[in-house]
Amino acid sequence: MSTEPSVRVEDKLFYNRYLVDVGRPHIRVRAHKKPSRELLALLKICPARCYELNDSGQVEVTVDGCVECGTCRVIAEPTGDIEWSYPRGGYGVLFKFG
Amino acid sequence: MIEERFDAIVVGAGMAGNAAALTMANRGMKVLQLERGEYSGSKNVQGAILYADMLEKLIPDFRQDAPLERHLVEQRFWLMDDRSHVGLHYRSEDFNEERPNRYTIIRAQFDKWLSSKVREAGVTVLFETTATELARDSYGRVVGVHTDRLDGEIRADVVVLAEGVNGVLGTRAGLRERPKPDKVALAVKEMHFLPRETIEARFNIKGDEGVVIEAAGTISRGMTGMGFIYANKECVSLGIGCLVADFRRTAHTPYGLLDRFKQHPSVAPLIEGSEVKEYAAHLIPEGGYKAIPKLYGEGWVVVGDAAQLNNAIHREGSNLAMTSGRIAAEAICELKSRGLPMTAEHLALYKRLLDRSFVVKDLKKYRDMPTLLHTNSHNFFLTYPQLISRAMQNYVRVDGTPKAEKQKITVKSFVNARSRIGLFSDAVRFARAWR
Repeated sequence: MSTEPSVRVEDKLFYNRYLVDVGRPHIRVRAHKKPSRELLALLKICPARCYELNDSGQVEVTVDGCVECGTCRVIAEPTGDIEWSYPRGGYGVLFKFG
Repeated sequence: MIEERFDAIVVGAGMAGNAAALTMANRGMKVLQLERGEYSGSKNVQGAILYADMLEKLIPDFRQDAPLERHLVEQRFWLMDDRSHVGLHYRSEDFNEERPNRYTIIRAQFDKWLSSKVREAGVTVLFETTATELARDSYGRVVGVHTDRLDGEIRADVVVLAEGVNGVLGTRAGLRERPKPDKVALAVKEMHFLPRETIEARFNIKGDEGVVIEAAGTISRGMTGMGFIYANKECVSLGIGCLVADFRRTAHTPYGLLDRFKQHPSVAPLIEGSEVKEYAAHLIPEGGYKAIPKLYGEGWVVVGDAAQLNNAIHREGSNLAMTSGRIAAEAICELKSRGLPMTAEHLALYKRLLDRSFVVKDLKKYRDMPTLLHTNSHNFFLTYPQLISRAMQNYVRVDGTPKAEKQKITVKSFVNARSRIGLFSDAVRFARAWR
């Protein structure tokens, strides 16, 4: 039984407030030809679905909707697959309730 | 560059950082606090339940103006399978007391309030400032921090790392390891808004009374995890979290799990017709006693979630954060008043004091629980909830089957699923980890 045919993360992120640091993403994916197991895991585990496969089969990150949980850091920073830091001060998600 | 020198720099304005900063400022220390968010709370996520005792130790009269939601009069534990839940509920009029013990809160609002107290006490707080690295001298001693807003380093006698579960300063400097996938849970949460009267009717409460529901079972689909539903004044906090290692192994998505939890027949009526106003995610330290890193060193201490101080069994974290922040601050003030330098040898006082507090004692008590639950997650979160649910249904359904036969069916279902030896050893292992 599949879990999430009907769930649209984009709709959930729409509720949130963000200040996007245009042109300065706080997460970068290391250039690769074929994604590692760690990178592929991020496609499913990222709660904001920031990681997507592009047409040539590589994993790409778009941090605009990132909720800064750090799950991708726990999985893919140790292997060097991603570079991870917090957004610059004041940027990123702004929780109204938290 | 800030030329000014501080007695202490606190990195982070969550529960631990605010407690530490407030305690030090109240004792006359010159404190700088750094927070990457626009305000204290804008990056902080919690269920959230506030424990009055630990806050009273910081601000005795907090009830006068703190933004509290509801005081808890009822705790519900739900063991769930896909269509049912078996509940253990505790409700008492004793909780309608003058100084209630537990409250639901909304972190962004609460932290803003707590931060205002920190500033009133004289702490210099720099918001929208991300600390990027610790500054160290040629001996490797921590002497301050670098930030993304000011050139150069800011110096202080001691740095209090209250940077949260995912803090980067301490790990980048090699003071502790990055959290491991089997030692942290990923929790996702939504805020569901409903009219006040609707919440009170659905949760069977009145006035400022509140209810907490903690739920485990097939909702986590065999992963080590739990769901929660907290009644606030005009909204319901609803979320679910599981170990990162389990999410990775099963490839379930966090939002898929959350939506299934919301659709559960026991949950859906509670939030029907609500308006969702926020979706958040956060890591929760779950490793317990064995995951506590080194808590102090030359010129630094680590507190709160950054030190993995979270009691996963009792769902307590913010109070451990507040207490560790306060105790670290008290140790620092003690050294300062005795004119002692902030060396590792002297800062060991923080650990000695923390070891004597409920924080470390409680974590020690449950030191074997995280491993037990993780290595047996299939049994504890799938098999048993299903067995117990079937047993309950068998017990209450009246269909002409003689009771003795019903009893036999139930016993047999348990033995078939886990075997006599399996049942016995599960019980023994659970009891051992609990005691």
